[in-house]
Amino acid sequence: MPNNEDIALIAHLMRRAGFGASRSELEARAAKGYEETVEELLHPEEQPPIDDDILYRFLPGYEGALGPPINQAEWVYRMVNTQRPLEEKLALFWHQLFATGNSKVDNPPEITQQIAMFRRQALGGFRDLLVELAKNPAMIWWLDNNGNHNGAINENWGRELLELFSMGVGNYSEDDIKEASRAFTGWTIEPKIPRNPLGRFYWNFEYRPEDHDDGEKNFLGHTGNFNGQDIVDIVVKQPATARFLARHLYNFFVADEPQVPSWNINPPNDPDAVDQLVAAYDESDGSLRAMLRVLFNSDFFKNARFARVKSPAELVVSTVRLAGNYQNPRPGFNTLAMECNWQGQELLNPPSVESWHTGSEWIDGGALVRRVNFAAGLMGDTSLPGVRAIIDGVRERGVTAPEEVVDACLDLVGPLEFSEATRSELLDQATEDGGLNWGTDEESEKSERKLGVMLALIAASRDFQFA
Amino acid sequence: MTATKKDPVVVILQLTGANDYLNTIIPYNDGNYYDNRPKVVIPQETVLPIDDELAFNPVLAPLKAMYDEGNIAIIHGIGFENSPRSHFRAMDIWHTCEPDVVGTEGWVAKVVRDLDPEGENVLKCVNFGQGLPRALALRGVPITSVSNLESYGIMSSVPNMEAEDDRARLLDRFARMYAPAIGTGATMDYLGQTGRDALKGADIIKAAPEQYTSTVEYADNAIAKYLRDVARVHTADLGTQIFYTSHAPFDTHFNQPPMHTKLWTEVSGAISDFFDDLREHDAADNVVMMVFTEFGRRVRDNGTGTDHGAGGGAFIIGDQVKGGMYGTYPSLKAEDLNQGDLDPNYDFRGFYASVIDQWLGLDPVPIVGGNFEQIQFV
Repeated sequence: MPNNEDIALIAHLMRRAGFGASRSELEARAAKGYEETVEELLHPEEQPPIDDDILYRFLPGYEGALGPPINQAEWVYRMVNTQRPLEEKLALFWHQLFATGNSKVDNPPEITQQIAMFRRQALGGFRDLLVELAKNPAMIWWLDNNGNHNGAINENWGRELLELFSMGVGNYSEDDIKEASRAFTGWTIEPKIPRNPLGRFYWNFEYRPEDHDDGEKNFLGHTGNFNGQDIVDIVVKQPATARFLARHLYNFFVADEPQVPSWNINPPNDPDAVDQLVAAYDESDGSLRAMLRVLFNSDFFKNARFARVKSPAELVVSTVRLAGNYQNPRPGFNTLAMECNWQGQELLNPPSVESWHTGSEWIDGGALVRRVNFAAGLMGDTSLPGVRAIIDGVRERGVTAPEEVVDACLDLVGPLEFSEATRSELLDQATEDGGLNWGTDEESEKSERKLGVMLALIAASRDFQFA
Repeated sequence: MTATKKDPVVVILQLTGANDYLNTIIPYNDGNYYDNRPKVVIPQETVLPIDDELAFNPVLAPLKAMYDEGNIAIIHGIGFENSPRSHFRAMDIWHTCEPDVVGTEGWVAKVVRDLDPEGENVLKCVNFGQGLPRALALRGVPITSVSNLESYGIMSSVPNMEAEDDRARLLDRFARMYAPAIGTGATMDYLGQTGRDALKGADIIKAAPEQYTSTVEYADNAIAKYLRDVARVHTADLGTQIFYTSHAPFDTHFNQPPMHTKLWTEVSGAISDFFDDLREHDAADNVVMMVFTEFGRRVRDNGTGTDHGAGGGAFIIGDQVKGGMYGTYPSLKAEDLNQGDLDPNYDFRGFYASVIDQWLGLDPVPIVGGNFEQIQFV
């Protein structure tokens, strides 16, 4: 039997490497063991994928739909129902890092294709991922590489590749940007086929040798007749790249860091942790799987519980999974996707290539009200299967005294570690409500209502905003 | 500056989806109009003429009446160069005043910051709708966003809380959970402050529906409901100076005539009722309403609707507005069209700057990002 600490640790892992898990899943995983669970997460290909046939049979409008909400809804469906939690979480990570927005691409299925590429490349080598990214049609359009021509470069992609996607500000010169851009001339997309009258066609990458600048380039101290792949090869060997990626992984999976634009000024909060991730990158030739293996098994990760503010997508998806509604194809995923938008994270449409600001910057007055109302509305609904399971769990434990009730709820919802201030408010609530009693039907119903309010308050708390 | 002592108020109404300007303010004596609109056309004999060239669509009759009273400024040919035909991109440009790069800071939020630099009134700007449009996005500027004024509030989503006592207890507990606590860290402190502000805003705004009575009966549709909400909050005198709301879907590719008629029946009726309501409360003289859409629609119809175009129109409405037509209606001659679309001739940032400068008395240059020609509408 796993003990409480084992379960708390697995719960932490599943919040970070996925979108949380039910109590029964946590117990099963804890029984299997922590390191075994990490390995399982690191090998999503061994778990079944989302069954697209079922998804599209029940929600046929989802496939290739042109409206952004439907494409967002499809992704939320995948996040809620995936059996490959880390793969889906990494798709979100790469989307936040390589932020590509429908505001300009104006073609949600193309960005959805990019997300699918992130799933395929999620745990492979960083080099391969960057090459795929450079060839991704939505990215080419987003950063204007279709306008990057031999003799007339457009620096947009070249600049962001170095500044936002690999090395970070301060590690290259303006000349490096120009030379990188020259190397990516001719990397474009085939002419788009109009939607009307034949329907939708995906965009395709096209390399045009006649538009490629074949001259010699000087890039980061290297000289040669470089093409795009050569630039990526040089980039991934830069120490700055390893550090930049390591810090992004830390910020997304371990604990909130300062906002990315300040990274060349503010050192990491935990330099030693970043060093460990850099070492894993170096030893593995830039393997994401190797880096994440080190990360999830490290003490710095295990000790960083509730050190991140949940993004809207994390808050929405994990609360839905906890409350246990929205499993399987059914109407309503659009609303969940819109809920992410309303909380400030419009999936497939980040505000700019600099992506969303994270940590406490997810929160403003409007967003907090929505977060609280969304989570408290679900967790206070005692008719939902996940909420029922928590209530049944409390009941089975036979707890009745207020303090036991609060602790049982916090345990079954998380286990959550709440601040003393919040916990004491919950305790006051439970004390005022009086203990639980499961004698008659009427008493049981009353006890359920008390638990519903308790769970709603837990979901409405400040502490619940953290993962 | 305004002629009244009350703080100036702006109501912004966004027509989402790109309104067909050609069928809103109609060049009813221009043969090019009829040549290009074999199907999606407003019959000449039905229009409400303004002069020999232009006329209101008949479903805008309530606005025509306001125009005749001198309370509407019509701005022709508004837009920007290289107008993208993408709703998302075009709306972003309207929201951020950044036509060349993808902007993140909303122009309305910058106005709000200038009106209330310390963020003292969480109700300085109130949005009615779901989620915040990018026009209202700016770090550190609190905006209250209300999707339903009746049910607006914290934890209003928790089921089985109909009893007044239960709700009061729940909110009291929320307030205590978000009270200042020592030693929990900067993020917890920030969350606490944000939660307390939101609670305060919800508390104050809740009073608005309770105080309000009116003889004006609004129609039963989304925009009428939201403009009535604006009236209720405005007349409650909570210090709100900016209201934002929107109506949709103006994206009339297909089956345009009935859809466009329905939308404008709703919008013009709601605007007219709104100003009647404000006048009844002696609360109209410090209000102007800005009406805009992301772009106009293709000059030539597609058989049942119209596709994305450029160069739309905008309105400024209010009792203090110097009514009339401003700017030049873009030419419909084939040689003057730009890729089959009207060529905008007036930069939308001048429209914003006019209101920011002449109505709100703020410096528009840093907000809209430069100097743009204003219209003298006050």
